[in-house]
Amino acid sequence: MIRFEKRKDISKYFAMTAPFVSVLLALTTAGCIMLFAGVNPLKAYMGMFHESLGSVYGITETLVKATPLIFTGLGVSVAFRMKIWNIGADGQLYMGAIGASWVALFSGLTGFAAMIGMFLAAAFCGGLWASVAGFLKAKVRVNEIIVTLLMNYIAAAWVSYLVYGPWKDPKGFNFPITQRFSPDIMLSHFMTYRLNTGFLLAVALVIILYILVEKTIWGYEIKVIGDNPNAAKYAGIKIDRSIIGVMFLSGALAGIAGYVEVAGVQGRLQEGISQGYGYTAIIVAWLAGRSAIGVLIVSVIMAVILVGGDSLQILMQLPVAFVNMFQGLILFFILASDFFIHNKISIRRSGK
Amino acid sequence: MIEILLYATIKAGTPLLFATLGAIIMERSGIINLGVEGLMLVGALTGFSVAYTTHSLFLGVMAAFFASMAAGAIHGFICVYLRGNQIVSGLSLTMFGIGITSLFGRSAVGLTIHGFDRTPIPLLSKIPVIGQAVFNHDVLVYFSVALVVCIHLFLYKSRWGLHLRSVGENPAAADTSGVNVNLYRFSAVLIGSGLAGIGGAYLSLAYTPFWVENMSAGRGWIAVALVIFAQWNSTRALAGAYLFGGINAVQLRMQAMGTSLSPHLLMMLPYIFTIIVLIFATMRLEKGSTPEPEALGVPYDREDRK
Repeated sequence: MIRFEKRKDISKYFAMTAPFVSVLLALTTAGCIMLFAGVNPLKAYMGMFHESLGSVYGITETLVKATPLIFTGLGVSVAFRMKIWNIGADGQLYMGAIGASWVALFSGLTGFAAMIGMFLAAAFCGGLWASVAGFLKAKVRVNEIIVTLLMNYIAAAWVSYLVYGPWKDPKGFNFPITQRFSPDIMLSHFMTYRLNTGFLLAVALVIILYILVEKTIWGYEIKVIGDNPNAAKYAGIKIDRSIIGVMFLSGALAGIAGYVEVAGVQGRLQEGISQGYGYTAIIVAWLAGRSAIGVLIVSVIMAVILVGGDSLQILMQLPVAFVNMFQGLILFFILASDFFIHNKISIRRSGK
Repeated sequence: MIEILLYATIKAGTPLLFATLGAIIMERSGIINLGVEGLMLVGALTGFSVAYTTHSLFLGVMAAFFASMAAGAIHGFICVYLRGNQIVSGLSLTMFGIGITSLFGRSAVGLTIHGFDRTPIPLLSKIPVIGQAVFNHDVLVYFSVALVVCIHLFLYKSRWGLHLRSVGENPAAADTSGVNVNLYRFSAVLIGSGLAGIGGAYLSLAYTPFWVENMSAGRGWIAVALVIFAQWNSTRALAGAYLFGGINAVQLRMQAMGTSLSPHLLMMLPYIFTIIVLIFATMRLEKGSTPEPEALGVPYDREDRK
């Protein structure tokens, strides 16, 4: 008879290797599914890794994709600390992009002032969008998962409304895009690649968030609220205000991702600037285990899969949404591995 | 005009109704499933592909049920037997569903089938105005309404239903009285996932008889929100689903009539409305006795029993 027993201490060996084993198992399972769908998995994987890591261009593209994941991952992970689920980073990213684009196109600011303005507007719009869910959670106890999620659809529709309607470039041959931003307010690029200073900004924010969360009283407070809300209440921590504040910060980080996408990569507002970064951010935050440095590492790994998945669209005509399957499978295996980290299997003869 | 709107309301509400009923069964057992969106896609694609190859709509619906059940089994296994985090597992299921249907759906894009026809109910369909709008639908609509009654009777009038509710309210007590908590929970996830799949199949077999990537367009999430609006009650789910069907019908009607309002702004309406309804539903929950299953989202481990 197979029995599962709780381990007294969690297995450190398992805990260290579990994420890697999970990714491997996910790749194997996805390979079997691909075979079934008539796609050669070896060819697909070779293509994926070659495109994302096999050249300087590939590596810069991977870092370009890692950038929004770092911002949104940090945002989701900060909310996680308080056991709040921000599934709406995608929408917050879009609102950030809208805010930044407004400053770039209509505020009249130029040069460095415009860049600062875009950054602040993006953070503010993303933060405000997320604090709607934070406010509803704090004041009325409305489920933040559903609210943040539904607001993704609303935010994406806002972008469509703007680029098809009032913000459409009059000289854009009727394409749903805004005018191009002037080059002097764009983030500077690494040589001729799309990699831009947004990545450095992301790394800087990792360090800032690390200090904020691990070394300040505020960071300690949100951890207490997450672990034991009653204790927090008796200790005099204002829970409602913290929830709204943390959601604002979480959304602001996602908003900055939107800023970097329009000011560093696209140079204008258009539909589909996020490839579901907000959803991938949940994996990033979950795998990183609340650690800011972890967010950085996992984001880069996830970016390899995203860039690889993109390349399969061109190499093997696979749909872009296909990478979601990998992400789902990775999470499934991570969840399953958690069980084996906390339990050990023992096989006994039955009846004795 | 009213006739057309009423007809469109029921038609748009039916996929939501199936999915909401599925989610209610799962949540009644104590398992949250945020994978409904993914399950609907699995159901929509499987239903369409099987109906296309076998020329049988009935087989399509059955296949949708079983395929979504299989996908839901992953969630059930992780949440029930491995006691994993239900929220992360559900989100993974949605991602998995979006990804795998985009992969297998490549060959189904652009194909069309002859979807479900209207089957008028004798006599009733002759009633002026509401006869054609309410009693002249496809069989899946009638099935969904019958299901509302069946689930209500099951939950409140049967022994199994009582056990299911007790498992969701207080699994330790249910376990002590000899109910197999894990089996009930796992079965609830299987059946509920299958129903969500039929909701998806309704989209690709009756609502619009073709397959497009991501065709559920957030309906799975609306269904999860509707469960709270419905207070975990199947008859209220009917009202909720048709309410949303109505908003969708009005929105589409306005687009078709060519209002000056941007279609993108109209597209936001169902989502905004869901949030507003959710706020009121939650406020009502906070006040009175709560119908929310006590053990919702909490994994059950016999060894932790106090």
